[in-house]
Amino acid sequence: MSSPKSAYSIPTKKGKLDTHIFVVWVDNESGVLARVVGLFSGRGYNIESLAVAEVDATKNISRITIVTTGTPQVIDQIKLQLKKLVPVHKVADFKREDKNVIFKEMALLKIVAQKKKIDKCLKECKKFNPVILDKTNKSVVVQITALRREIDKMSKKLKPYGLTSTSRTGAIAMTRGAQTFK
Amino acid sequence: MSKLYTGAEIVFKCLEDQEVEYIFGYPGGAVLPIYDELKNHSSVKHILVRHEQGAGHAAEGYARSSGKPGVVLVTSGPGATNVVTALTDAYMDSIPLVCISGQVPTHLIGTDAFQECDTTGITRPCTKHNWLVKDIKELPKVMHEAFKVATTGRPGPVLIDIPKDIQFAKTNYTKFKKEKKLNGKIHNKFSENEINQLIDLISKAKKPVVYTGGGVINSGPQASETLKEFVRLIGFPITSTLQGLGAFPGDDNQFIGMLGMHGTYEANNAMHDCDLLINIGARFDDRITGKIDEFSPKSKKVHIDIDPSSINKIIKVDLAIVGDVNEVIMSAIKKINKKQNGLKDSNKQRISKWWEQIQKWRTKDSLGFINSDKEIKPQHAVKRLYELTKNQDTFITTEVGQHQMWAAQHYKFNKPNRWMTSGGLGTMGYGLPAAVGVQIAHPDKLVIDIAGEASVLMTIQEMSTAVQYNLPIKIFILNNQYMGMVRQWQELLHEKNYSESYSEALPDFVKLAEAYGCKGIKADNPDELDDKIKEMIDHKGPVIFDCHVDPNENCFPMIPSGKPHNQMILGPSDKEENKITGKGKSLV
Repeated sequence: MSSPKSAYSIPTKKGKLDTHIFVVWVDNESGVLARVVGLFSGRGYNIESLAVAEVDATKNISRITIVTTGTPQVIDQIKLQLKKLVPVHKVADFKREDKNVIFKEMALLKIVAQKKKIDKCLKECKKFNPVILDKTNKSVVVQITALRREIDKMSKKLKPYGLTSTSRTGAIAMTRGAQTFK
Repeated sequence: MSKLYTGAEIVFKCLEDQEVEYIFGYPGGAVLPIYDELKNHSSVKHILVRHEQGAGHAAEGYARSSGKPGVVLVTSGPGATNVVTALTDAYMDSIPLVCISGQVPTHLIGTDAFQECDTTGITRPCTKHNWLVKDIKELPKVMHEAFKVATTGRPGPVLIDIPKDIQFAKTNYTKFKKEKKLNGKIHNKFSENEINQLIDLISKAKKPVVYTGGGVINSGPQASETLKEFVRLIGFPITSTLQGLGAFPGDDNQFIGMLGMHGTYEANNAMHDCDLLINIGARFDDRITGKIDEFSPKSKKVHIDIDPSSINKIIKVDLAIVGDVNEVIMSAIKKINKKQNGLKDSNKQRISKWWEQIQKWRTKDSLGFINSDKEIKPQHAVKRLYELTKNQDTFITTEVGQHQMWAAQHYKFNKPNRWMTSGGLGTMGYGLPAAVGVQIAHPDKLVIDIAGEASVLMTIQEMSTAVQYNLPIKIFILNNQYMGMVRQWQELLHEKNYSESYSEALPDFVKLAEAYGCKGIKADNPDELDDKIKEMIDHKGPVIFDCHVDPNENCFPMIPSGKPHNQMILGPSDKEENKITGKGKSLV
């Protein structure tokens, strides 16, 4: 058993990583996103995706949705550290596997190809509520909403059919049923 | 129509309403309107430092020793960046600071204007919160909220960045009323059930230990009184972190010394072998825990802290009580007195064997050292300093390094707020400016900075501040010509390759003192030490005391890193054993 020469302790085994979705309600003021993101980078937490927009214009509240991975202890820390930030009102956290929560991402896909191939693409997209936003005889821009890994799969699949450009949002989340998070 | 005030006037109106008496600062272009307004507010006195870092540390010393928030005023750009070290230091050690910084006028923000920097961006990770005030109407609200954030919950530094045009702009000011209700970021809602569980654990423990930290000090002087009552009531041994020293009397028999990397043998072994560990206002810092996997393996752990994010951050605990230390232990005392009257006697019997064990550990005399009659041993110097100052109310600050640990080990503190040291960040150069701040808060008390010659040179310019305001601080330098702690680690970890840890061209500290217009004293012989210390104490003005000590002395005991509490390296009297476990040395 050899130990490095250091005045600090040696890292111990890491636990199992879980994927969690944090929903954070914040005051929509300048610098607030930097505070939240800075907390993650400063403490070495990971951000898989991020989505943010104002949801209440009169109360000036923005809703930030962050997908992250960590050990249960780290997930707990993220939640408690977020709650300490002054502009943060409340923090909800859900496991990705949570059946009571809906997670969705949106993607815009630009396909440049012959009509035949474009039609094929649109067929593939059918499951994911496709909306055609723009169409020429050489190209199409289509909007789909799906889960992260479904969009991953779609981009892979559509590449050979002429998918040239993808733009994606981070995941957003909402609980099922009549209840809201207090 | 009510009277309109300028931003600069509003800054002072808020300071007056917050009952601020002193601000520590340094002027510059972007804060001139505030400095111009200073003359109209006689209740707020400005202390001119020589470097903005000094202002920050002085404010920390002021805050730590008085319990009031420290206020700092600096200019934009370099003024703000210079204060960053002090803000980070205050953030790590939970010291309430309010820093006001000037900023270039609003219309120049983002243009790389002269002395512009992104102050709120730079200080975001080292403050509890910060504000860039872009609208004069916001200023009064922001000022008062800043004080609230800095002083409530777990205290810490905040910063308000005020552009120069905002300092000139005018608005209304309505007098501030202190709210009784505290904001949503404060957590003091522990339940009766939790207190019952605590008492249940206390009454069952056979090998308990209480481990206290800076949170007790931050909870106010009353918390220390309550702690004393609590610990005497339950009869448990008590140890303390570096920041918690003074919350419980250092010369009391129930106190088993500081714990952690340079803590006593008895404290660290008690932590390792205990069956109940009660953490009050401490945060399981890595200098305390040693190897996490083997930290106190047999104990039930209780954690009392006002900051919920401290709980389970490093060590999983069995019972967490989130609340103000004073209130939590107060309700525990009440419960014990009311319901479990029998606990007092039966408990002491149950833990009597544990006390016997602790006495055995104590006989190791882990703080012992081999004294010399030729050279001054640094430990001896601190001990003499303690003996010669213990009869008066003395405030000690330190720099960072070996001298800091010797001060913590050999100076016994009996009251809270008497010990100011940079623990979390470990900022060399903290002690001298902190002493300035402490002396401002306690003009008639003896204030001593136990320093190292390397640390003190980092902020030595603040002697000029001490002389200007006639602050009789005593700078007691344990001069070993080395960055001692660096050298100690190089000795133990890097085969005695003393890379750059020797100071070649040290100044003559006596002449340096004279150059600043204060008194210099030099001692290099154990025989003259006492007389010279007395001379230092009796001198009415500031003193630099150059105490030449054995340059080869190391700080023991010590827990090598990656080792649990029960595997300590003891001092020179333990040399034989040391050689056998020679391998352990390289693991530090």
